[in-house]
Amino acid sequence: MTMLSERQQMSYIAAQAADARLNVELETEGMTLNIGPQHPATHGTLRIIARLDGEQVVWAEPSAGYMHRGYEKLTEVRTFPQVTALINRIDWLGSFANEVPFILAAEQLMNIEAPPRAQHIRTILFELSRIANVSLFLGDLGVQMGAVTPVFMAFRDREYVLNLIEGATGGRFHPNFDRIGGLKDDLPKGWLDETRQVMKKLRNFCDEIEDLLFGNEIFQSRTRGIGVIPADVARQYGLSGANLRASGVDWDLRRDQSLPLAYDKVDFRVWTHPDGDSWARCWIRLQEVREATKIVDQLIETLPPGPVMTKVPRIIKVPEGEAWVSTENPLGEMGYYVVSKGDLGPFRVKIRSASFNNISITPWVLKGVYVPDIITILASLYFILGDIDR
Amino acid sequence: MAQLSDTDTDESTPVVDELRDEIVARLRADLGDAVVDVHQVPQVDLWVRVTPESWRAAGEALRAQGFDYFCFLSAMDWMPSPFGDGENDPTEEVEEDPAASEIRQGYTGGDTRFQMLARVTDTRRHVSVTLKADLPQHDDGAMSIESWIPVYAGANWHERETHEMFGISFDGHPDLRNMYLPGDFEGYPLRKDFPLLARLVKPWPGIVDVEPMPASDDDEGDDS
Repeated sequence: MTMLSERQQMSYIAAQAADARLNVELETEGMTLNIGPQHPATHGTLRIIARLDGEQVVWAEPSAGYMHRGYEKLTEVRTFPQVTALINRIDWLGSFANEVPFILAAEQLMNIEAPPRAQHIRTILFELSRIANVSLFLGDLGVQMGAVTPVFMAFRDREYVLNLIEGATGGRFHPNFDRIGGLKDDLPKGWLDETRQVMKKLRNFCDEIEDLLFGNEIFQSRTRGIGVIPADVARQYGLSGANLRASGVDWDLRRDQSLPLAYDKVDFRVWTHPDGDSWARCWIRLQEVREATKIVDQLIETLPPGPVMTKVPRIIKVPEGEAWVSTENPLGEMGYYVVSKGDLGPFRVKIRSASFNNISITPWVLKGVYVPDIITILASLYFILGDIDR
Repeated sequence: MAQLSDTDTDESTPVVDELRDEIVARLRADLGDAVVDVHQVPQVDLWVRVTPESWRAAGEALRAQGFDYFCFLSAMDWMPSPFGDGENDPTEEVEEDPAASEIRQGYTGGDTRFQMLARVTDTRRHVSVTLKADLPQHDDGAMSIESWIPVYAGANWHERETHEMFGISFDGHPDLRNMYLPGDFEGYPLRKDFPLLARLVKPWPGIVDVEPMPASDDDEGDDS
């Protein structure tokens, strides 16, 4: 915690300097800094307007909406099976994970459940999309701070995972593989052996990143004690996923709710960190990739035989009702509030995406930080533009 | 860990959900008559409808009970779309069904076309509540309700989005600017009477998509 006190010292010096300026009656003027919409640190087109006093941010306001696609409106004119093709594109790095909660909500309304084998494979693919998503985050993290090497390692190792997803589903980025009542297909031959190999590679990748990046002194000084979010603020803003657990809240929807997924059959640890700073958020994600590889390994060993699809009518009509299902997606809590009126398509779908809440805290957390820290805080909060704008 | 109902339990015995019953009891004690209706799926989920006047008070009462995690806030337009479902074959004759244009609210009922919808979670007891409230329209069609920002700071962006998409204003919200649409945009896209122009210009072939492929009609095709 030495970094914290150093920072306090810095702000003390800054305050002294401000006093000195006042004393000689020099007029200083604030400055408005525009970051984005097209900026490497914005992962797409998030624009941030920051009002600066010297090097310090007085207030900052993210401006989303450059990529709004109106999915909530579009779902109202689609049939239930067609909706998955849309919601695939919300968080495009972990697409399969987007499909699962919606399909589960539809199944809950229809009062059916996928066969155990399908639930197992869903969970495996869910965790694989987490690995693909978060491993890219770990690589990208370096780039934000000027370390270019990790991103190449991340792209190299994510490729193995994408190949697995492609092998099982046929789609690298947008699988569209989950069906109401099960899955489109069973796993291909030899896929399980390959997955075991890849999980080993991914654990090596985590070790490499930990050595190279998390052990790096520059990385630590750029993230430790920076962008601290206390637990009660995090909960109030609805932060979820690693961002919430990095603030010390022990809350993981994989463990804390009962869904027809195979999480209750595996043994995994939910990591939390008490600090709530940028470093904690990055560190939690690193641990989560490791846990995810372990979950996949265990699920492969216990994969039950059987069909991957229950009997569902060819034309799916979902009975009248309302259902909310959310899952612990790579970015946080992703949920769908599905209202059906007994038609072919949903009456309304409210999409609760993780990044929307995770980014809505930025005006709070960016207040008073220094300009270069904006980038690391945004990087550590980890958002995907499609997940904010929907 | 919240468990779904045991598969062993006899279906004739009603599932008891003490946790959710207790939440409702405490809410009724705090709010009195303001709790209009409750819908519970034991061991799964809980819906509570409150009066619009007590919208913020309900949020405060839930927060005091330990619901400290803000999940989402939005609204519902219960009017059936005057433009049809959009997924039907546009060339098909449609039967006139008077029931199809009737406003029918979902769980916990209601009297107004628009309803508020919000969900909060207790991260210690692992339980969530979906809160609803009717939204009476004034003579000019405007609607307003108290902002939740003092209760849950995270409601800020959700209320901005709801204002933009449904035209509901939130009393006490500091900044109801549009998030997605241009500032001078007219209309509220998520209202059911807002047409989806792309669909009106070129209707979706719809039902054609789910018809069986010609090849799958004969059983000789190998099913691998």
